[in-house]
Amino acid sequence: MRAKYVLAEVLVGLWRNVTMTVAMIITMIVSLSMLGASLLMYLQVNEMKGHYYEQVEVSIYLDKSITEDQRAAIKSQLDGDSKVKSVIYETQEMAYENFKNQFRDAPDLVSAIGPTELPESFRVALKDPQQFEQIRGAYADLEGVDTVVDQQKLLQKIFDILGSVQNLSLVVAGAMGIAALLLVANTIQVAAYSKRREVAVMKLVGASNWFIQAPFVLEAVFAALLGSILAWVMLVVGKVVLIDQKLAALTDLLLPVSWGNVNLMLPVLAGIGSLVAAVTGWITLRFYIRV
Amino acid sequence: MIRLEHVTKTYPKASRPSLDDVSVSIEKGDFVFFIGPSGSGKSSIVKLMLHEIKPSKGKVFVNNKEISSLRSWKIPSFRRSIGCVFQDFRLLPNKTAYENVAFALEVIGKSKAVARRVVPEVLELVGLGGKEHRYPHELSGGEQQRVAVARAFVNRPLILLADEPTGNLDPDTSIEIMRLLDRINRTGTTVVMVTHDSNIVNQMRRRVIEIEGGRIVRDQARGVYG
Repeated sequence: MRAKYVLAEVLVGLWRNVTMTVAMIITMIVSLSMLGASLLMYLQVNEMKGHYYEQVEVSIYLDKSITEDQRAAIKSQLDGDSKVKSVIYETQEMAYENFKNQFRDAPDLVSAIGPTELPESFRVALKDPQQFEQIRGAYADLEGVDTVVDQQKLLQKIFDILGSVQNLSLVVAGAMGIAALLLVANTIQVAAYSKRREVAVMKLVGASNWFIQAPFVLEAVFAALLGSILAWVMLVVGKVVLIDQKLAALTDLLLPVSWGNVNLMLPVLAGIGSLVAAVTGWITLRFYIRV
Repeated sequence: MIRLEHVTKTYPKASRPSLDDVSVSIEKGDFVFFIGPSGSGKSSIVKLMLHEIKPSKGKVFVNNKEISSLRSWKIPSFRRSIGCVFQDFRLLPNKTAYENVAFALEVIGKSKAVARRVVPEVLELVGLGGKEHRYPHELSGGEQQRVAVARAFVNRPLILLADEPTGNLDPDTSIEIMRLLDRINRTGTTVVMVTHDSNIVNQMRRRVIEIEGGRIVRDQARGVYG
């Protein structure tokens, strides 16, 4: 009976103030979907780091004029190096095959490069990827070595870009979040004002504080839940339309975003959204409905 | 039942206290008038008893409990033992007489079944039988005040506080309301009434406590307005 009363109050309250409710829900959607996107990006970057760092290699590119002896000397030094986990020798042909494979979506690029233009190299996997500097120190000046390139540095640039996109969406989520909080506080004040007579009578006859406050707080929580569900729908649409279709070419590089992570966002956003809304509502009422 | 011990109440920014070292004791089943000119501090007494305000100094006991130090979450259950009637009725305009009284029960957790049993009874008691489904604007001032009394009494409180309950009513209607309060008092309910209606005080011949400038200047059993 009391639950029914409270629920009816919530729906009536939201409807009475419908423009404010819509504004509140929209800001919540934007804020929560930004938050969800940045959380997804965070998970994604972590997954990518794990995925790529396992395969990360130091490439030792060799001079075109390298002799058989020099190559053998480098090879034996690498084989004996305690910092090295494994070594693969990549010939020019293999390099060309890999290149063709990697850029099969860009035939112009492939046709611009001839099979002999790519240098042969040793692909070296390190036991500790942080030890790149020592490896470069040891091999860069050897006869027959052109350059020593750390692939981790290339990846780091991509991660830096992703990281700044993530920070940007966090900032937007924060700004919209503050707007949403203010709207929640305002909506609750308006609701409490429009029911001031009822509230006065309830206090007079000794209704418990939670009973007076629950409909108002639940109004905000209800809006937050609705907002978080819609924000999650935005993320799903974003994954299907943007990541899986428009940017499908990039997912080879960026790894596909898994449904598991996207679905995880629903309870996370709903939890964060309703908790924040409830706390805001409750604090607003502490100031607004004095006992 | 109700006891004020050396209560002083000074409102913020006020130059002198509204109540100045007031001590008074009201027994169970008493009917007490607080009288005095406007601004004498008599309304502050009702607010203190309801715990709407706290005393600056001194102690307030209601039902033998010291309420000035009551925790805020205990105030609601404390208020359930007190009924309250005001000059401006404080009814909900979008609810009928029945719904106004039932609302008071509903919000303290009583079931609809209880309301269906108790509300018609108490409306009958205050003389509103047959008018249960009228809205406040369809009732006269006296009838609205009866609804307010019904709402205050439906919970069978130990104490009924009335703050100028006849202030908005004509003399004849006022007397009807007083008869009603008298009847409620006879059921054993302590009634505390703040008023400046000399007619009523003189007719009722009950205990009169006169306040002036925040001090008790007279406390008389079976008194008159004077």
